[in-house]
Amino acid sequence: MANQTSAAFRPGRRTFLKVGVAAGAALLLVRCLRAPAPSPATPAAFALPAATRAIFAAIVPVMLDGALPEGAEAASARRDALQSIEATIGGLPPAARDELADLFSLLDFAPTRCLVAGVWSSWTEASTEAIAAFLDRWRTSRLALLRSGYAALHQIVLGAWYAQPRAWPAIGYAGPPSLEGA
Amino acid sequence: MTEGRSPSDVFRAGAQRGWNVIDASALAEDRTLEADVAIVGTGAGGGTAAEILARAGLSVVMIEEGPLATSSDFHMRESEAYPQLYQESAARKTKDRAINILQGRCVGGSTTVNWTSSFRTPPATLAHWAGEYGLAGFGESDLAPWFERMERRLSIAPWPVAPNENNDVLRRGGEALGIKVESIRRNVRDCWNIGYCGMGCPTNAKQSMLVTTIPAALERGATLLTRARALALRWSGTRAIALECAGLDARGTDPTARRVRVRAKTFVAAGGAIGTPALLLRSELPDPDRLVGKRTFLHPTVVSAALMPERVDGFSGAPQAIYSDQFLASAVSGPIGYKLEVPPIHPVLAAITLPGYGAPHADWMHQLAHVQVIIALLRDGFHPESAGGTVALRADGTPVLDYPLNDYLWEGARRALLTMAEIQFAAGAKTVMPVHASGVRYRTWDEARRGLATLPLAPLVAPVFSAHVMGGCPIGVDPKRSAVDAAGRYRHLDNLYVFDGSLFPTSIGANPQLSIYGIVAKLATGLAQALRA
Repeated sequence: MANQTSAAFRPGRRTFLKVGVAAGAALLLVRCLRAPAPSPATPAAFALPAATRAIFAAIVPVMLDGALPEGAEAASARRDALQSIEATIGGLPPAARDELADLFSLLDFAPTRCLVAGVWSSWTEASTEAIAAFLDRWRTSRLALLRSGYAALHQIVLGAWYAQPRAWPAIGYAGPPSLEGA
Repeated sequence: MTEGRSPSDVFRAGAQRGWNVIDASALAEDRTLEADVAIVGTGAGGGTAAEILARAGLSVVMIEEGPLATSSDFHMRESEAYPQLYQESAARKTKDRAINILQGRCVGGSTTVNWTSSFRTPPATLAHWAGEYGLAGFGESDLAPWFERMERRLSIAPWPVAPNENNDVLRRGGEALGIKVESIRRNVRDCWNIGYCGMGCPTNAKQSMLVTTIPAALERGATLLTRARALALRWSGTRAIALECAGLDARGTDPTARRVRVRAKTFVAAGGAIGTPALLLRSELPDPDRLVGKRTFLHPTVVSAALMPERVDGFSGAPQAIYSDQFLASAVSGPIGYKLEVPPIHPVLAAITLPGYGAPHADWMHQLAHVQVIIALLRDGFHPESAGGTVALRADGTPVLDYPLNDYLWEGARRALLTMAEIQFAAGAKTVMPVHASGVRYRTWDEARRGLATLPLAPLVAPVFSAHVMGGCPIGVDPKRSAVDAAGRYRHLDNLYVFDGSLFPTSIGANPQLSIYGIVAKLATGLAQALRA
């Protein structure tokens, strides 16, 4: 990634128009298809829809490659990452949660998943390479809308992982100092 | 909540003495409150005004959207602090999502979570206001006594402790290049130098509104209403009559059906430069020249990260101790200038700021203790091509700021990225990485100089941050250009005042807390005299 050149941000005008029209139409479509989310009865009740959780479950090992532990701890680390992601999103105001719901409708709905994300299999079956290609396509897209989708995933997934104490030993952060004895 | 570790948790003690604190998330029924003055917001503006008005013998109600969290609740964890103490969980974005805004939302507002940097309003900014906006009475010498007063009140003083390594890189690199660097004054008392100002000060060293003016107002009988969102002012003719508020749920994200009505003789809007214009817009106040919510400024901030050979430990020690105004010295009306500072480097803030994902991102995170970061805050609002942003309302009534990033700003961003890289290499950096979606990184200054010259800069390609929201209800003398008069009174209602950072006709060109304290102290003292007359 370090070696990518700035040319990645300058795709041809034709690509821009094609993807632009497609993404705009797709977003309109998923907004029509998406049923209004029921308001949680109590704050503790916030939970990600199963489809959203499945997409995060597919993306997490790719975005956190090199950060997640391997071996015996791998499964519990992925579980903790998903739980922290859920808590992060639960802390957002309704308008931000709605915007995210739009984004995940776009990623979940098979035609837009193929067309806009370029992921041709279901998320649970998508290869690491296909998910990385999707992330890179959005990261370097000429379309600000897709770049903002990537930015949201970046902020939520990476922020949620490093919010947890279990992520800290690997990065040389000892955690907050003790104030005992003050 | 855990056991209070600090005997000086002023709110725990105050509660026992019968302070009037109402949590609107826990109300069993709707309420009506009455006061001489209702103040919306408890940050630098609302907090300062509350003490002055309460000391003048007026009954005061403070309305705060965020929770009351005090030193006993501050555990120095980003996972708690951001959702609890920040607007939109520290993920507030501009309309196109290109700028991430860090803004407090708790009792004390941004003063509870800021990094304690204290600057008087720069003389060049005040001169611009006098010259360009004809604003009299806000010159350097007019404001000096008000700054002195608030500096005494909030213990603003030079910081005698050696800067941490993150700050010292800015000092060393700057000095090596002949760039003038200076020390930052801080509003602290008996500071432990632990570096967690941004998550709420656990030792009550930071002299935020939370531990100074708000307790002083409560001690004089004021009422504090928390987790209450100010929906709209009810008004008739030229007078505001009541403020309608909605309770928020315990998590602080969603409004409940609970309503609180606050009747007052005088209203003060101090919800910050996004919240105040939003309240005025929701209230559908007269605004014939459509000034409210226009010209909102952010000090758009770009970021340069470096890997240093020695440990930096940017998560430890006073977060901001060194700055440079070298690149603000040119005329305010020319190419955009910028102030150089450093941020604290905690895991979440670093993780969301460093570009890329997977192994390259993890590689930088693994070296977190060696990461050094400089930030450049662009001084917006002084040039015709820097008109700032516009606050609008979403369908649910919450505000969103539309702030277009244009070529004028990107030209300054590019110069700033060059300056920061040069300083980092001059201080011994092994690698410099401008915060940019490409993840591009440089091993020498020469490589950086050539690379940065042509690096594409665009929204959501070069992430931009802001921790300073200003403008949107400008103070002034010309009714066509100012929403409030020189007393801070809204031009179209006799009893509504704006006392916060929304007053500023431009950005400040420095961290704004002391500008808000000083200017609001002057305006609130004037209001107190008028109300007692």
